[in-house]
Amino acid sequence: MSFAELRNTESELRAFQVRLGAAGLVVLVAFALLLARFVWLQVLQHDAYSAMAEENRIAIVPLPPNRGLILDRNGDVLARNYLAYTLEIFPAQVRDLEATIAELAAFVEIQPRDRARFRKLLQETKNAESLPIRTRLTDEEVARIAANRWRFTGVDIRARLFRRYPYGEVASHVIGYIGRITTSDLEQLEESELAANYRGTDYIGKAGIEASYQQELHGITGFERLEIDAAGRGIRALSRTPAQSGNNVALTLDIRLQEVAERAFGEWRGALVAIEPATGGVLAFVSKPGYDPNLFVDGIDPQSWEALMSSPDRPLNNRAIAGLYPPGSTFKPYMALAALELGKRTPRTTISDPGYFVFGDRRFRDSKRGGHGTVDMYKSIVMSSDTYYYMLANDMGIDAIAGFMKRFGFGARTGIDLEGEAEGVLPSPEWKHARFSRPEQQRWYAGETISIGIGQGYNAYTPLQLAQALATLANNGAMFRPRLVSHVDNPRTGERRYFEPQLVRQLQLQPEHVAFVKQAMAGVNIEGTAARSFAGAQYTSGGKTGTAQVIALKQGEKYEEDKVAERLRDHSLYVAFAPLEGPKIALAVLVENGGFGARTAAPIARTVLDYYLLGKLPRAPRRAVPEADVQSDAESD
Amino acid sequence: MEIAGYPLRRLRARVLEGIDPPLFALALALSLVGLAVLYSASYENASRVASQLASLAVALAAMWAVAQVAPQTLARLALPAYCAGIALLVAVALGGEVVNGARRWLNLGVMRFQPSEMMKIAVPMMLAWYFHRNESAIRLRDFAVAGVLLALPVAMIARQPDLGTALLVAAAGFYVIFLAGVSWKLLAGLGVLALASLFPLWGLLHDYQRRRILTLLDPSQDPLGAGYHTIQSTIAVGSGGIAGKGWLNGSQTHLEFIPERHTDFIFAVFAEEFGLVGNVLLLALYALLIARGLAIAAQAATLFGRLLAGAVTLMFFTYAFVNMGMVAGILPVVGVPLPFISYGGTALATLFVGIGLLMSIQRHRKLVRT
Repeated sequence: MSFAELRNTESELRAFQVRLGAAGLVVLVAFALLLARFVWLQVLQHDAYSAMAEENRIAIVPLPPNRGLILDRNGDVLARNYLAYTLEIFPAQVRDLEATIAELAAFVEIQPRDRARFRKLLQETKNAESLPIRTRLTDEEVARIAANRWRFTGVDIRARLFRRYPYGEVASHVIGYIGRITTSDLEQLEESELAANYRGTDYIGKAGIEASYQQELHGITGFERLEIDAAGRGIRALSRTPAQSGNNVALTLDIRLQEVAERAFGEWRGALVAIEPATGGVLAFVSKPGYDPNLFVDGIDPQSWEALMSSPDRPLNNRAIAGLYPPGSTFKPYMALAALELGKRTPRTTISDPGYFVFGDRRFRDSKRGGHGTVDMYKSIVMSSDTYYYMLANDMGIDAIAGFMKRFGFGARTGIDLEGEAEGVLPSPEWKHARFSRPEQQRWYAGETISIGIGQGYNAYTPLQLAQALATLANNGAMFRPRLVSHVDNPRTGERRYFEPQLVRQLQLQPEHVAFVKQAMAGVNIEGTAARSFAGAQYTSGGKTGTAQVIALKQGEKYEEDKVAERLRDHSLYVAFAPLEGPKIALAVLVENGGFGARTAAPIARTVLDYYLLGKLPRAPRRAVPEADVQSDAESD
Repeated sequence: MEIAGYPLRRLRARVLEGIDPPLFALALALSLVGLAVLYSASYENASRVASQLASLAVALAAMWAVAQVAPQTLARLALPAYCAGIALLVAVALGGEVVNGARRWLNLGVMRFQPSEMMKIAVPMMLAWYFHRNESAIRLRDFAVAGVLLALPVAMIARQPDLGTALLVAAAGFYVIFLAGVSWKLLAGLGVLALASLFPLWGLLHDYQRRRILTLLDPSQDPLGAGYHTIQSTIAVGSGGIAGKGWLNGSQTHLEFIPERHTDFIFAVFAEEFGLVGNVLLLALYALLIARGLAIAAQAATLFGRLLAGAVTLMFFTYAFVNMGMVAGILPVVGVPLPFISYGGTALATLFVGIGLLMSIQRHRKLVRT
C-alpha cells in the first residue's frame, strides 16, 4: 500500500468520524428538545395539566349518525330506519351470563333463537360494550324491565335505530343488508383510518348497495363532551357536536318494475337484468330466489342462517352478477354481426342446412331435426339455425370470435357498483392455456370452436354481461358502465350529487350491419322463435331466444331422483330491447332449468316490457305460457 | 464443572462470545423497563406481560444468532436480502391483501407478512454494501445509484400506502448516504428541493394522511381520532410532574384516557407514572445506547461495518425521538413504536436483530485492521 493511499484512507476515516460527530450532535439537539418539552409540560405547566387530569372527568361520547336511506328512481323508500327499544347486556360487567339471561327471561320473553344470536354476537365482537339479548321490546316489556332494573347489573334498555327493508325479498340482491361490525370489519376500518368515525356505530353494510355505498350511507359521527363522576357516570353535557346523517342513495332501479319482474318469475329460479341503453342505468335487477334482508338486521339467528346456507336453491347467491351461464343462441346476433363486420358473410349468403354439420369425424347436430333447409343470415337468427353458426364459427376461427366478442364486454367484469361480480369466460386459446395445466388440455382444438359459435362450449357469462352487450348493440355500439345509483342527496344541505353515465367505449361498427342484425332480431319477435310470446305487442322490439345446456350437477348437491331430473333440464334464456328505434330498455332473462328459451324466459320479458313501456300490469301472475302453446316456437331452440 | 463433557466455563465463554456487554445491558434494561410499564398499562394483568416476555426470549435468540455471523457474511447477504425484499414488495403490489385500499400484507397461508418491515434492515445493509464495494473511489454517480436503490422500495411502500414505514426506511437509507460522505453542498441543495416539493407532495397525500398533519397543528379538530390521542397523552405527561404519580398509579392510564396505551402510546403511561425524573433516566438510557452504537461505528474495521452500524444506531434514535415527540405533542401521530418498550413481538425482533448487527461489527473490529 502506498503512502498516498494510506493517507487517503485515513482522511476518509476522519471524514466519516466528522459525519458521525455531526449525527451525534443532531441526536443531542433532538434529545435536548425533548427534554425542554418535558420540562415545559412536567414542571412549568405541571399545575395546569395536573388540574386537567384531576378534572379529567370529561368523557367524549360518540353520537352515531343516522344511516342514509335507499330510494328507488321514483323516491320510493327501499331501506329506512326506525326507533326501537332493545334489552342489552354489557358482557364485561356480568359475572354469570347464563344466570342473568335466565333471570331476565322472567320479565321478558327470550326465545332460544335470541340466546343463540347473543352467543354468536359474543363470539364475533371483541370488547363489545353492549350486546342485545332482545330487540324490539314492547312498551309493556320496557316498563316491566324498568321497574326491576335494580335487580340487575350490566343490563340496560336502549333506544336504537333499526334498519327496515319494507319490500322484503323484492330487490334483496340489489339492496343487500347491514349487520353488526365484526372483529374483521373493525380491523379493516382501523387499517383504512376510518375507525374514529365508526365509534359508537354497531352496524355496517354487508352486501348489495348497503355495502358498496357504505361510506355514503354512514355519515359523520358527532360527539358530546360529558362531565362524569369518579365512577364514570355522566352528570351533564358540556358541549355537543351533532352527528351528520349519511347521504340518501337514490337508485336507477324502478321498484314497481322490479316487483312485476320478480312476480313474473313465479317459482322459477333465475336472473333478469334490465338496462337503460343510453345511460347504463339498471332498471330492474332480479336474482331468484331472494331472501328477506330484514332477517340480518339485528344479527341473523343460526337456524335462519343455516336454512339460507343449506338450501339447494342457494338464495344468497347473486345469480345476476355471480352466476355464470352459457349464452346459448342469444350469442348468435353477435356472431352474425362479427361475420358482417369481418367480411365473412353478407346478408344474402345462404347455406343449406341438412340438420347437422360434419367436422372431421364428428357430427354437430342442429336442434331441429332435418334442418331449416336453405338459410340466409336473416333466417339464421329468426329461426335460430345451429348449422349456420357451426359453419360460421369454423370459417371465422376462435381468435376472430374472441377478439370481436371481447369488445362487447363478454368475459370481463362490467364494473357495476356492486361487490362480488364474476368475470366469466370468453374462450380463446390464450384462456385455455392459462386455465389448464397439462399440455394436452392446454391446446385449443379446432373442433372446440364449432360449439362456441352457438354460445355453448366453454362460453360462460353473467346475465349482467348479456344485458350490457345487448344494451351496447341496441345503442349502436356506445357501451355504458351499468350502474345502480343515479345520485346521492345530502339530507342536511339538500345538496344533490349525480353520478354521470360513464361511457366505457364506443365500438366502431358499420351502421347498416347493426341495422340488419336489429331487423333480424325484430323478426324473431314477429315471425320467429319468440313470435308467440310477443303476439299483439303494441310496440316494436327485437329479441333472441336461447337455451343453455346443463351438463352436470354441481358437487355436493343432494341426489334426489325427482329433483335431479328438473335440475338437469336446460336453462332458458331470452334477450330483448324495445322499442326498435331509440330503445328505452334492454334486458336479459335467464330461467334456470326453464327448458327452451321461448317457453319460460320470453314471456317474463314480455311482461316486463309491457309494464315498462305501456304501464300495463299482467292480469294474473303467470308461471309460463302453457306447454301446448309453444311447441312450434320452441322446437328450433 | 462440566455439562455433557463440556467444561462449564468454556460453554459460558461460547455463549457469551460476540455479546457486547454494554450494548446488551442497555437493551435489556430498556426491555425490562418496558415490561414494568406494560404491567401497569395492562391494569396488572400478567398475561400480556408473559406474552411480551416470550417475544423478548425470541428476540434475544435472534440477536445472539446475528451476533455470531461475521460482517463479511452479512455483506454477502445484503444483495440477496434487498432483492428478495423488492420481489416481495412487488408481490404485495400485485397480489397482496387489500385491506380497504391499503395493500401491505402478503398472505402466506399460515400468517400474514409485511415485507416492508424487513426493508428497515435490508435497505441500510444494501446501501452500506454498495458503498463498500466502490470504496476505492466513491463518486457522485454512486450517490445517485444509492439514491435510486433507496427511492425504489420507499416509493413502493409509500404507494401501499404506508407513509410511516416509508419514512423510516427512507431515514435508514438516508443515514447511510449521509455517513458515506455525500457532499454538504449537495445535501443543502436536496434540503431546499425537499422543502420546495412539499407543496406538490401535499396534493399526493391521502386525505387521512393530511388530516394527521393538520391534527398536529390543532388537535381539537379531530377529538375522536388522532387529536384525542394527542390531547390525552399530553395531559398524562404534564400531570406526571417531576416525580411522577408512582408505578401503577397513573390516573390517566387507569381511567382509560390513554388510547393504545400498550403500543404506540406506552410512553404516556411511563411519563405519567415516573415523571420528569423517569423521563431523564429513559433519555439517558437511549443516549448511552446510541453513544455505544456510534462508538462501534467509529471503530468498525470496514466501510460496510461503519455505515451499517451508524445507520442502525441512528434508526434507534429516530424511533425513540419520533415516538416520544408524538406522545409529547410536538410531532404528528405516526405508527412508530417506542424501541424496546412498546408491546409487540415483530418490532422487538427487528430491534434486537439491529443490536445483533452492531455486536457482530464490534466483535470483528480488530480482525481486518492492518
